[in-house]
Amino acid sequence: MINLTKEQITSRIAKNIASLFDDKDDIFVLNLGVGMPTSVAGYVTNENVFIQAENGLVGVGPIATGDDIHPQLINAGRQPVTETLGCAYIDSSTSFGMIRGGHVDATVIGAFEVDKHANVANWIIPNGKMLGVGGAMDLVTGAKMVIIAMTHTSKGKPKLIQECTLPITGFGEVDVLVTEMAMFFFEGGRIILKAIAPEIDLAYLRSVTDVEFEVSDDLKIMIA
Amino acid sequence: MKRKNKIMEIEAAMTAVKDGDTIMVGGFGLKGCPDDLIDALIKTNKKDLTIISNDLGAPNEGLGRLLTNGQIKALIGNYYNWNTDVADAYNAGKIDVKLLPQGTFAESIRAAGVGIPAYYTLASAGTQLGEGKETKEFNGKTYVLEHALHADIALVKAYKSDGLGNLVYCKVARNFNPVMAMAAKHTIAQVSEIVETGDLDPECVITPHIFVQAVVKGGY
Repeated sequence: MINLTKEQITSRIAKNIASLFDDKDDIFVLNLGVGMPTSVAGYVTNENVFIQAENGLVGVGPIATGDDIHPQLINAGRQPVTETLGCAYIDSSTSFGMIRGGHVDATVIGAFEVDKHANVANWIIPNGKMLGVGGAMDLVTGAKMVIIAMTHTSKGKPKLIQECTLPITGFGEVDVLVTEMAMFFFEGGRIILKAIAPEIDLAYLRSVTDVEFEVSDDLKIMIA
Repeated sequence: MKRKNKIMEIEAAMTAVKDGDTIMVGGFGLKGCPDDLIDALIKTNKKDLTIISNDLGAPNEGLGRLLTNGQIKALIGNYYNWNTDVADAYNAGKIDVKLLPQGTFAESIRAAGVGIPAYYTLASAGTQLGEGKETKEFNGKTYVLEHALHADIALVKAYKSDGLGNLVYCKVARNFNPVMAMAAKHTIAQVSEIVETGDLDPECVITPHIFVQAVVKGGY
């Protein structure tokens, strides 16, 4: 059992995703989706990583506060942000040209559900109050690597499941799934557990996961 | 003949808008959204408008005010999560809403501006948003045919203009404004600063004046 606050869950997921980019020794373009994924920006320390915000900035810095807030500078989640050294502004069609054209190395997006076929559902709950798709469908098909940031369960029910029940955003596109409990890698039809939360064991993880997965020989403990 | 000057009063500029028009409006999450032009559009009380925009501001903010004022017949865009009035109006059958993936939305506007009637993209293939659309295989993958998005009017916001309508933007307030200026038959730009023609560095002009028909001075 894991007892974490919403903020602790978000920061744990963000830290573990950010750690995937520590070893990049060449320029690496990373797009961060709305919601939980924007928190990843606060944990990226590698200066080779350039964060792309699809609303038109390549080189997103940390969240802006106080005098650093500029009225015309937000990320795709509408949060005020700073800009990094060497950043550039682009219009929306160039931004998505960058994404569609395969120039974005990875995207981190949130999700309602991920299934064993590496499908992701994240854009709509039918007949709800949220009517929107945003850039998710362009990102999952365009980015070289798709990383999902989501809570492991919703009201106690697994979100990594056999078949997505909600409308799909992208088919077979998920490469990595990071939750507060585990890091899974989707590799050629296999789902491999590569890191597990410090508080839980494999038996517990299996009890809250609705798909079969393999365990890496080099299983790591997630950054708490 | 003297060079045309496109600077005009906002009311005069808005006489170009008619009932039933399709209007593109720039902006993303209230940044780069031409608020003064939206105010003026509300004053015209033109009805049955189709609004092409990324989002619809927030409830009764930015473009959201047009919905409150009952001027909207249909929306074409991609992200209305920030304004739940949209889902309410759609679920009540008051307005039509057509969602496009954000990149498809941007590219369809660009396509209209550059004379491309349709193009293929991977985004939405096989999904609910791709239903009913023509598809074609390229290199073993299924692509969806998407069509250009045209408009009668574009309302855009920029930081600076000269008398001709060459536009310079400010940070992420650029977003959809340059492609919308290219795609519409008639583009009205709200700018916060107007300079003499010749005073803008040509290397910094993002929207050349040929895409702009009217310029009005407005807020930052």
